Amino acid sequence: MSKGGLLAVSLGVVTIALVAIGTIWPVPAAQFYAGKQGFIRSSSTPEEAVRNVGEDIRERHLAAAYSGFANKAQFTEQQFEHDLWGSYLGLRTYSVLDHFDVRPIRASNNEAEMQLKLYWSTVVGISTDSRNLHLLRNGDRWDVEWPFVKEATVAPQVIPVNYLRWDVIYPGGGDDWGVQDVEAPHVKIVDMHPIERADGVVIMGELLNEDVVPAYVSVSATLESKNQGTIATEGAFDRISHLLLPKQVTPFFINFPKVALSDVGKIHMTPFSTLVAASADPVIEIQDEKLNPAPDASVTGELVNQSGQIVNVAHVLATFYDKTGQLVWVSDAYVDHALLPQTPAAFLVHIPEDLARKISTERTVVATFSVGSAR
Amino acid sequence: MNLRTAFLIGGLISAATQVVFAQSGSLTLPKTVEAGSAFSISTSGNGKSTLYIVGPSQVLKRDVQLGETVTFPNGTLYNSGHYLAILSGPSSAENDSFDVVSAGKPANLNFFAKPSRLQVGLRGGITGAAYVFDAYRNLITAPTAVSFELSGPSGTVQRRTATTKEGAAWTQMDSTPQQGTDKFVARVEDLTSTRIIGQVPGDPCALKMSASPSGKRVKLSTEPVRDCSGNAVPDGTIVTFTEAYSGEQSTVDVPLKRGVAEVEMPAHNGAMITVASGVVLGNQIRWTGK
Repeated sequence: MSKGGLLAVSLGVVTIALVAIGTIWPVPAAQFYAGKQGFIRSSSTPEEAVRNVGEDIRERHLAAAYSGFANKAQFTEQQFEHDLWGSYLGLRTYSVLDHFDVRPIRASNNEAEMQLKLYWSTVVGISTDSRNLHLLRNGDRWDVEWPFVKEATVAPQVIPVNYLRWDVIYPGGGDDWGVQDVEAPHVKIVDMHPIERADGVVIMGELLNEDVVPAYVSVSATLESKNQGTIATEGAFDRISHLLLPKQVTPFFINFPKVALSDVGKIHMTPFSTLVAASADPVIEIQDEKLNPAPDASVTGELVNQSGQIVNVAHVLATFYDKTGQLVWVSDAYVDHALLPQTPAAFLVHIPEDLARKISTERTVVATFSVGSAR
Repeated sequence: MNLRTAFLIGGLISAATQVVFAQSGSLTLPKTVEAGSAFSISTSGNGKSTLYIVGPSQVLKRDVQLGETVTFPNGTLYNSGHYLAILSGPSSAENDSFDVVSAGKPANLNFFAKPSRLQVGLRGGITGAAYVFDAYRNLITAPTAVSFELSGPSGTVQRRTATTKEGAAWTQMDSTPQQGTDKFVARVEDLTSTRIIGQVPGDPCALKMSASPSGKRVKLSTEPVRDCSGNAVPDGTIVTFTEAYSGEQSTVDVPLKRGVAEVEMPAHNGAMITVASGVVLGNQIRWTGK
């Protein structure tokens, strides 16, 4: 064999060997794109069967997942997709499954129940969704019954809405110097409470729109050291309801990581408000709110959109108080599905375990965003 | 040195001195000039020179025959401030300064009224500041009398007079108990400037709701919401209804519509229902199903 031929054969053997190694033991980056299962999918245990479903959802191979369901006659593949991502625009619409956990609940020789916890990556962070899956043994493999939840729909109808809407006209460029401007809304911080946590200082409080017009609001805080030097300035970012209608109150939460409260001499609070076009619609009812004690302390409830408009994103902000009415904590959560008119949607806001025992009452507000509207 | 040489040197010095003096000149300026009015500058000396006048946002240049008076017609200098006049010849320059002051007669009035919107019944809540200018937009710094007049929605009139200090005069007025629009007028001689101030209701006062059954739900509605002066609180104001029952609660923020807030909530026997708006609490109802 000539030297060239030997080189060609050697390269061929090395290539085949590398392909085989990469297939059998893929690197994490390749796994992310190719899936963690490799070529051989085993469903010989309930956990493997559920993991296969999780991988298919993560890779958005819905046809593969759907074809393996034992109860696929009960729903279509499109309904399965809507069950996961929804058919109305919401936070889940553009999310991807970041990872999932599988936990056994019970198992026998022929049946099993497993919990599949899905961690969705959305624009506002991780959103979790937990499903309990029933499995049936089918020879040497296990088939999954998908716990299909039919997406709520609203019957076609016309809903008259006659809530107020505010618009703003600002001074024009051709106006004379000294021409009257429109006054910014008057807002007031009605409560402020700094506390120290393991990861730094947190400033919480409540902001009231005491005006008769809607306000776009925000709050920032500056920490000063005892020798008058500035330690840091931070804003509430999204842990506030930025749109306040007249006499509406929002909590706010400002985090200063890696700062000790003992180093702080003074705190400057700066509320900001500006006029904004807004609508008094939609009205959201928060029903069946319940404080759940530790462990897994939380406040749960349901949001009911009482208006005719679909709410695409709902942000729940909860303020927690102790027995004396002192503010203890502010926490928030997003509802990752659209709120359809008159259709309850569950929410859950976590409470830190160490503070749960101090909490006696709570107050919840909802900030909403609808595509094509000011809110 | 002989006599002839001495005459020659003396003659040269004299001739040189005459040439130098013939090219130099001096200026005679007015101390102040009223903005926009005519004025003149006298020069002395012989020969030709160039006169420059430099001031705030204006520069003038004139070729002058020394010894003559340079006149400037009305409207030449119109920005008040400190001006520098420079007479520049081929071999020397003279300079002097003068002030252009605002014309005495007010021709423009700028009026700032704050805020454009405020609650009823606030003492000293409305401020007005007037700035008086001449026809060329120069601030008139001489003391000038300004009168302020605030007409309330109920027809009441508040009047104040003030004298400008360094061109500005200001005043404070009270908002009246009745909501509506105020007409705020500043007047200097025959000049007026008007601003509109909105007087809006204050916080709700004596917030009161009632409850009635509505199928499986309870219908809650407030009485017409008014502030403590009796003004109707505007639509869109948020009223919060909270229903607490067996360790749970339901809350809804409802905007006022046609003066009242209405909502339907789940009916739970024994539930405690409260109403609030902003920091104002209303009455409580224990729901018994009726």
